[in-house]
Amino acid sequence: MISRHPFSLLAVFFFFLTGCTASPLPETGEKDKSFVRIERVVSPGGIEAWLVQDHTNPIIAVRFSFTGGASLDETGKEGLAEMVSSLLDEGAGELDSQSFQRRLEDLSVTLRFSASRDFFSGRLKTLTDNTGEAFDLLRLALAEPRFDPEPVERIRSQLLAVLRQNEEDPDTIAGRTLNRILFPDHTYGRPASGDSESIKSITREDLGKYASAYLARGNLKIGVVGDITPEQLQTYLDHTFGGLPDEPVPFSIPETTPRTTGETRIIEMDVPQSAIVFAQSGVKRDQPEFFTAYVLNHILGEGGFTSRLYNEIREKRGLAYAIGSYLYPLKRTALIYGSAGTANAGVKEALQVLRDEWHLMKDKGVTPEELKDAKTYLTGSYPLRFSSSGRIAAILVAMQTENLGIDYLDNRNSYIEAVTLEDVNALARKLLTPEDLTIVVVGKPDA
Amino acid sequence: MRIQNLTRALFFFFVACLMTLSWTANARNGVFNPESFYLNNGMQVVVASNHRIPVVTHMVWYKAGSAEEEPGKSGAAHLLEHLMFKGTKTMPSGAFSKAVARNGGSENAFTSLDYTGYYQTVAVDRLEDVMKMEADRMTNLVLTPEEIETERLVVLEERRQRTDNNPGAILREHVNAALFLNHPYRRPIIGWAHEIAALGKDDLERFYRRWYAPNNAILVVAGDITAKELRPLAEKTYGKILPAPSVSRTRAKEPPQSASRRIELKHARVRQPAWNRTYLAPNRKTPIQGGPGTEHADALEVLSEILGSGSTSPLYRSIVIDKKLAVSAGLGYGSGGIGPSRLSFYASPRSGVDLETLETAMEAEIEKLLTNGISAKEVERARTRMLAEAVFARDSLSAGARVLGATLASGGTIDDVESWPQRMAAVTVGQVNDAFRAVVNGRPSVTSLLLLEDEK
Repeated sequence: MISRHPFSLLAVFFFFLTGCTASPLPETGEKDKSFVRIERVVSPGGIEAWLVQDHTNPIIAVRFSFTGGASLDETGKEGLAEMVSSLLDEGAGELDSQSFQRRLEDLSVTLRFSASRDFFSGRLKTLTDNTGEAFDLLRLALAEPRFDPEPVERIRSQLLAVLRQNEEDPDTIAGRTLNRILFPDHTYGRPASGDSESIKSITREDLGKYASAYLARGNLKIGVVGDITPEQLQTYLDHTFGGLPDEPVPFSIPETTPRTTGETRIIEMDVPQSAIVFAQSGVKRDQPEFFTAYVLNHILGEGGFTSRLYNEIREKRGLAYAIGSYLYPLKRTALIYGSAGTANAGVKEALQVLRDEWHLMKDKGVTPEELKDAKTYLTGSYPLRFSSSGRIAAILVAMQTENLGIDYLDNRNSYIEAVTLEDVNALARKLLTPEDLTIVVVGKPDA
Repeated sequence: MRIQNLTRALFFFFVACLMTLSWTANARNGVFNPESFYLNNGMQVVVASNHRIPVVTHMVWYKAGSAEEEPGKSGAAHLLEHLMFKGTKTMPSGAFSKAVARNGGSENAFTSLDYTGYYQTVAVDRLEDVMKMEADRMTNLVLTPEEIETERLVVLEERRQRTDNNPGAILREHVNAALFLNHPYRRPIIGWAHEIAALGKDDLERFYRRWYAPNNAILVVAGDITAKELRPLAEKTYGKILPAPSVSRTRAKEPPQSASRRIELKHARVRQPAWNRTYLAPNRKTPIQGGPGTEHADALEVLSEILGSGSTSPLYRSIVIDKKLAVSAGLGYGSGGIGPSRLSFYASPRSGVDLETLETAMEAEIEKLLTNGISAKEVERARTRMLAEAVFARDSLSAGARVLGATLASGGTIDDVESWPQRMAAVTVGQVNDAFRAVVNGRPSVTSLLLLEDEK
């Protein structure tokens, strides 16, 4: 199966990071009511979760995030958070790896963990019948992971296999190189998945220390969707998360500004298509102009089959299959980040068009029609994100980690509607810096 | 755990590219309780209601995929799919996409071996507009030489990105060409580069006129709507289109195979070697000439759940955990599509383990499983998991539309989807072992080795 539009991993990542950046109401929908009702549930032990009850199917989906993530990996131990995330379900409490996995499978429980730059996250999905056992397995995984030598070495070998293959993957090399250029002295510049040296150096003690230090109630946000009542959830919250430490070991990740030098770095590799990544400074999620930037970037590079970069680079010139730009707001910095894949012979032209479009957007801004279309898309496409219990739960978590407020969905539409042509064009002039656009090309581009 | 799944996911992606397994894996999932009717022009309509949010996924599936291409015209189905987003007699190029976006919709399209599909997800009150435009491009598409040339470049970039830049993908193209001696599944969906480059306007229009018609299409709508509400909209839009002369898919058949084949790719950019052994396998529609028949299809699904799934699978336990020879090991089976299907073992070595050692170990483990048989306990465990999957499938807005569409567009029936849990529950351990042996024991296979350049 091959699709017309490429699947962007970055866009997916972005969705989970700020899954609620689209607005809450369809343009033509009822203006005064969200179609999900969010309840704040606080357990007797003081653990909070946001809940959307849905009793249509006998299913419960839970998502949760601990602030910190891979940015807490120490120098030389890059990839630690990711390795922990791969091992929490490989044995806990009395259950060794096989027993734990077998319990999950026999109960049809999905339990997964992952680490991004800023968050250590997890997801649980279960049939209502098995709710108690499912939450108990989650409790064990978080509070009593075993990190037995066998699974540790096995997961290490798997992480190393992925890293080895990525050594020859143009997209991965391009992305890692760009991160190093942008953040030479910051944790964001280091590989979140580590490298072979760091993965080899991680010990069982490192894994245990990360889990006990950074998986705590104080940096935890929880979203729950499905066939469960608030009263039932309260009990499970205390049982599952009550045993975690109150607060994580204190940490602080410093703010940073990307070092966007405007350089174009070329890494020679014998491949028919060059991987291109580019970035400049962006707008953080908590900045007042975030929504203006969101609309601006939608018109520039993110709008599916309609963005300017898509039209100029793909539709008009056939220079790429995948081309796009994305807002990439992190906790301590922000980027506008983009990527493209272009035949070696077309790289020069593609980069020229990219720079031209950056200049054009900066100098001339957007048209009233573009703004109108972007707004109707961004407001109208909101419900599409609520397509499964797990996705809704992820949105509930993002609303909490980004401090958006429990009424956010009701107000979300208005934030986008409020963006004016003057706002967008003023921000384009201020924010877009074509001369700083920092580019990495991996391939054999002509000239 | 995650990494193991990642490896498996990558493997499935590979199979999916060929056999659309990823969706038929969902097809195992369940009961969507759809409603169905036909328009006067022969177009089948299927509705899977899900009222969580006021949104619908609207899909049109054409019963024509890359396997319908004429010899020498590989890539035509897919290039045409791209060009369907250009203009029609009444709509300028790109206007459909703009209109969908303006209405807050998302859209995409896909081409597989057996079908081509187009879909939009929109607020339910925008459905009629979308249906009008989709019906319009079913018959009124306008192809211009300029747009064909530009889109051809895009598709060649897509091919570079998917295949030419990726040694594993290059090898998989060779595996397919070897696995199928005669059947059109031997060609890549995206097409061979030299044939993409040579496709003419006539080739594309011929494919379009032949296959794009209401009587060769299926409309599937999932979400906040009922059949009663949809019927008048369908009659007003698709119902107005005249049927084309009926067409049936006549594909070159695969002869009985006798010889196993072995394919190696040594490539400078390989860093993680991989081993794969693939057998032709039946599905519910298509038996293997001179080999196992369709009666094994359900049992093969259960088998793949046991051997392909999770870190408690016997293959993973033995090869990855106990013997520590590999980072991944498992089995995949694609039950979907028209077929012939395939059943494929895969493994990728740990650092320091050569592929020969891994192959020997995999062969021994497969032999042991064939001899000793899968246990009744494992079959029971797999059935429980599969029945749960059917419940989870109902949670997603679009899963029903995708599964039903893929099944119908591959010549299956709604009952194939709806009876899935009952069929899986009825599979016995004896049937699983019979099916396993019928597909593997003494049957020809294609073994592929992805190797480092300096590896022996």
